[in-house]
Amino acid sequence: MSWEWGIIIEYLPRLLDGAWLTLELVLVSGLMGLALAVPISLARSSDNFWVRALPFAYIFFFRGTPLLVQIFLIYYGASQFDAVKESALWVVLKEPYWCAIIAFTLNTAAYSAELFRGAIQAIPKGEIEAAKAMGMSPPLMIRRIVLPRAFGIALPAYGNEMVLMLKGSALASTITLLDLTGMARTIIARTYTPLEMFMAAGLVYLVIGAAMIGIFRLIEYRFNRYQYYKHTPLPANIDPQLRDEHIDD
Amino acid sequence: MKLQKLIGAVALMAGSLMMGSQAIAGDKLRIATEGAYAPFNMVNAQGELEGFDVDIARALCAEMKADCEIVAQDWDGIIPGLRARKYDAIIASMSITEERQRVVDFSDPYYSNVLAFVAAKGNSVDTSKDGLKGLTIGAQRATIAGQYLEDNLGDIASVKLYDTQDNAYLDLNAGRLDVLLSDKFPAYDWLQTDAGTGFEFKGADIDINDKIGIALRKGDKWRARFNDALKAIVENGTYAEINAKYFPFSIY
Repeated sequence: MSWEWGIIIEYLPRLLDGAWLTLELVLVSGLMGLALAVPISLARSSDNFWVRALPFAYIFFFRGTPLLVQIFLIYYGASQFDAVKESALWVVLKEPYWCAIIAFTLNTAAYSAELFRGAIQAIPKGEIEAAKAMGMSPPLMIRRIVLPRAFGIALPAYGNEMVLMLKGSALASTITLLDLTGMARTIIARTYTPLEMFMAAGLVYLVIGAAMIGIFRLIEYRFNRYQYYKHTPLPANIDPQLRDEHIDD
Repeated sequence: MKLQKLIGAVALMAGSLMMGSQAIAGDKLRIATEGAYAPFNMVNAQGELEGFDVDIARALCAEMKADCEIVAQDWDGIIPGLRARKYDAIIASMSITEERQRVVDFSDPYYSNVLAFVAAKGNSVDTSKDGLKGLTIGAQRATIAGQYLEDNLGDIASVKLYDTQDNAYLDLNAGRLDVLLSDKFPAYDWLQTDAGTGFEFKGADIDINDKIGIALRKGDKWRARFNDALKAIVENGTYAEINAKYFPFSIY
């Protein structure tokens, strides 16, 4: 068994083409999923049973079934019905690209909605009460207090979900898309060098994953500044009038 | 003198006994097939192996007067199993390729695979390079058809590669594919099914010089016997009979 560096180098441009599609899939479905997850999580944390029920059923289905099954249902399943093929929807559902986007969006929206629901319920009661005491209307309170606070609380877990999404996007290769994994598999079918190609693809995933983790760390640092506040002792010779007896050591 | 004769007789007897037992052991032949490549080798409702490969294996064994046992083996491990002496021959629609010839010997070809285009009836597809320009053409990944598409039509048509042949059929039915390129004989089998009724072969077959042979261990003495038996069943009409059972055209 010899290790063929030449093949990795020769096919690297094609692998990077695939990586670009992977990025596109994750980015587009990530943003659409986020947009979908916010209203769903608000409905999910409602006090009204009937408002809660529908998002619950949706989340229950998408969290409880494998992503591969969801992709196959949307791509191969929907095309079995003539009604779908004759409708305007077919323009979108005909394309494997959009089928993948739809499946990833619905999947990540379900997970994120559940994350946000947990975060909304984790907001300290006092802050909600304070907002009410200020006389904020519910929509204003949601916009100014609930959503920003919940987002900050959910951020670490949400970054995690996005990295999982990146790896889940490998399943796009099962519906003929040439994403990073699909490209690697297509190259392997010709060169018979699975070890080299999967290793190279794995490294590209690792780089993308590391970049995503870094970006989320930055957002977290910015959004949850209060958690990163470091108390610096005051200089000893400071003007006594500037001292605050409650916080100074 | 008497003693010498006696010794000679004993030696002769022992020799013939050994020869005899060797012949019995040698004629017990185990043949592997995959069982997942209709109509060449598949498992029927009773759990028995059947198909073109299996019929050919039986005919060859009858011709060689060998006592055969046909076993099923997954494709991934089929060559390693041969080398590990779990069986003595592979009759599983295996293409004779250079890579494989490095590790196993092949008999003479027992059929030739060709590629064929499949498209909907009533859809007049011109299978020349110009005619296929801009169409969406599918094939199974990691097959000769898939590589042929990439190499020859990758620049002018949109090529889609599928994990399984069945998924490619599904998309052909769904209308996502204009044309499918496939090994001709399994596709012929699919065209006879309900799902395949709306489709037909288009244009001429593509001969990619893909010969199918029986794989044997390197240097195995059975190779000559398989070749003789193959020649015999082709000449005495047994082959044509089996061929006609599955295809209305010759695949030899």
